[in-house]
Amino acid sequence: MDIVSLLIQTLNAVQYGLVLFLLASGLTLIFGIMRIINLAHGSFYMIGAYMAFGLSSGITETLPAMIAVGLILSFFIGFILEWVFYAFLYQREHLEQVLLTYGLILVFEELRSILFGNDVLGVAVPEALAGSIPLTATLSYPVYRIFISAACLIMAGLLYYLIRHTRLGMMIRAGSHDRNMVQALGINIDLLFRIVFALGFMLAAFSGMISAPMTSVSPGMGNQVLIISFVVVVIGGIGSVGGAMVAAMVIAFADVFGKLLVPAYAGMFVYLVMALVLLWRPEGIFRKG
Amino acid sequence: MTRFFRTFPMIAALAVLLVFPMFGQIFYTELVAKTLILAIFAMSLDLLVGYTGLVSFGHAAYFGIAAYAIPLLTPAGAVNAIWWILPVSVLAAALAALLIGVFVLRTKGIYFIMVTLAFAQMAFFLFHDTDLGGGSDGIFLNSKPTVTVFGLEALTLENPTHIYYFVLALTVSVYLLLRWLLKTSFGHILIGIRSNEHRMVAMGYNTFHYKLAIFTIAGALAGLAGFLQVVLTGFVTPEMLAWHQSGNVLLVVILGGIGTLIGPVLGAFTFIALQEFAQGLVDRWQLVMGIFIILVVFALPGGLAAIPARLRRRLVKGADND
Repeated sequence: MDIVSLLIQTLNAVQYGLVLFLLASGLTLIFGIMRIINLAHGSFYMIGAYMAFGLSSGITETLPAMIAVGLILSFFIGFILEWVFYAFLYQREHLEQVLLTYGLILVFEELRSILFGNDVLGVAVPEALAGSIPLTATLSYPVYRIFISAACLIMAGLLYYLIRHTRLGMMIRAGSHDRNMVQALGINIDLLFRIVFALGFMLAAFSGMISAPMTSVSPGMGNQVLIISFVVVVIGGIGSVGGAMVAAMVIAFADVFGKLLVPAYAGMFVYLVMALVLLWRPEGIFRKG
Repeated sequence: MTRFFRTFPMIAALAVLLVFPMFGQIFYTELVAKTLILAIFAMSLDLLVGYTGLVSFGHAAYFGIAAYAIPLLTPAGAVNAIWWILPVSVLAAALAALLIGVFVLRTKGIYFIMVTLAFAQMAFFLFHDTDLGGGSDGIFLNSKPTVTVFGLEALTLENPTHIYYFVLALTVSVYLLLRWLLKTSFGHILIGIRSNEHRMVAMGYNTFHYKLAIFTIAGALAGLAGFLQVVLTGFVTPEMLAWHQSGNVLLVVILGGIGTLIGPVLGAFTFIALQEFAQGLVDRWQLVMGIFIILVVFALPGGLAAIPARLRRRLVKGADND
């Protein structure tokens, strides 16, 4: 394999890893703080993608406007969802959470089918980002993929700032450490949960939104990413956003280069990596304490 | 009297199941056979989830491995006696569970959920992406196994009614076997592990061995269900090992009520009935199913098997008020 195609594959892996990270960071926040196994996280990604389709066909003119409207809308939806469904789950067992969020997947899939039908839909790549950068005479790299990587990096940076350097972030970190103590200190834990959940929803919807022009918008797209983002969360260590970043990259590189080197076993490869990591460190790479 | 009330509905249900194929259409006979197979599958998972406290999210692996063992281990065109192909297929699932169990039982909690999933996904992609078992298309069975007793053909598994009785007999056997098993000291140790594993270790039990034993037994019984499924449908696909399958059977167990043997059976009947009913009723059957599941979580902690106890409590409370 020559150096240029190696570069292309590396860029692909980084871009895939960054999208995975955004998905997994929302999931790991929700699990780390609220102890909820949210099977519907893949549906949130799907909702984001369909939101991009809905918004781009006529309502918003430019990409930044679409993303801004989408982000506000998804934060709002996440906030409501937590209020109506998830707030009941904190006192329940993990298994009942699995059951309820599974029920939500079915409802979301069917609503999607009612609103948009079952066809594979496409979202046009914005004109400014539609080109590609020529690398050699035959190979080139699409600008939009670089845009995705950049957008994800900005989002990751904002998330880092939020968690490390703001008052809300301090509460989130404290909440993932000792929920009861945080409550005892007079912090409104219900509101904190609602905000964290809405944030997680927003991150998942954002990854769906910006991935939509690249991957096409199709039924079942949520299920495809659900399991792999759980894999990332678990390898990284539950509740650890930094761990999710490392794990997302490990999985993305394992997937992209696995497909390249051992095509017939590529599907197995990611899970083999996961099994090995967990046998080496049964609580993820960045376990706590 | 309580004993009577507890056993009578089960005997009545069994009687209904026994005479059912004489009245129902072939379609319904096959549907109930499918339900009973799901019930065996769910009971095997409940051994782990409900009795030992091990939430496996990869139980479909053993279901599918036993299924694939049939076409892979039988020579094309040969006539295969069930007396060897059934044990071999179940043994294949048990062996896979034993090997995987040695690894996955080192982890706990949500990590256990994910590692069982990881191994099941590996098995799924092994059959899906390689040519081992016909790739993503799956394999058709050349001929269904034959059931001969003393040289006479006792059942023809080409006939849905015969399959139905074969499945029913095995479901009842598995139920009785597990009921016995869970009453032995082995069963009590499992329940001890579920409620407090540290205490069991402190009492001198090597809990790993017990967990590995039940993981293998559960795998073997899931394999039995997979075997029966192939006998019923006549083909094997990688979808039998997919994570949806593991999710569905987990759903059946939780819906029915974990930690009981009758719960998974009730769950299986509710699940299939709901699916058929909603599919026949409206186009949007998933919506009905999803809303039903959400309502069950809100209104019925403990699943369907907890309904009699809740009713009894309500009745007793009502009597007190009078």
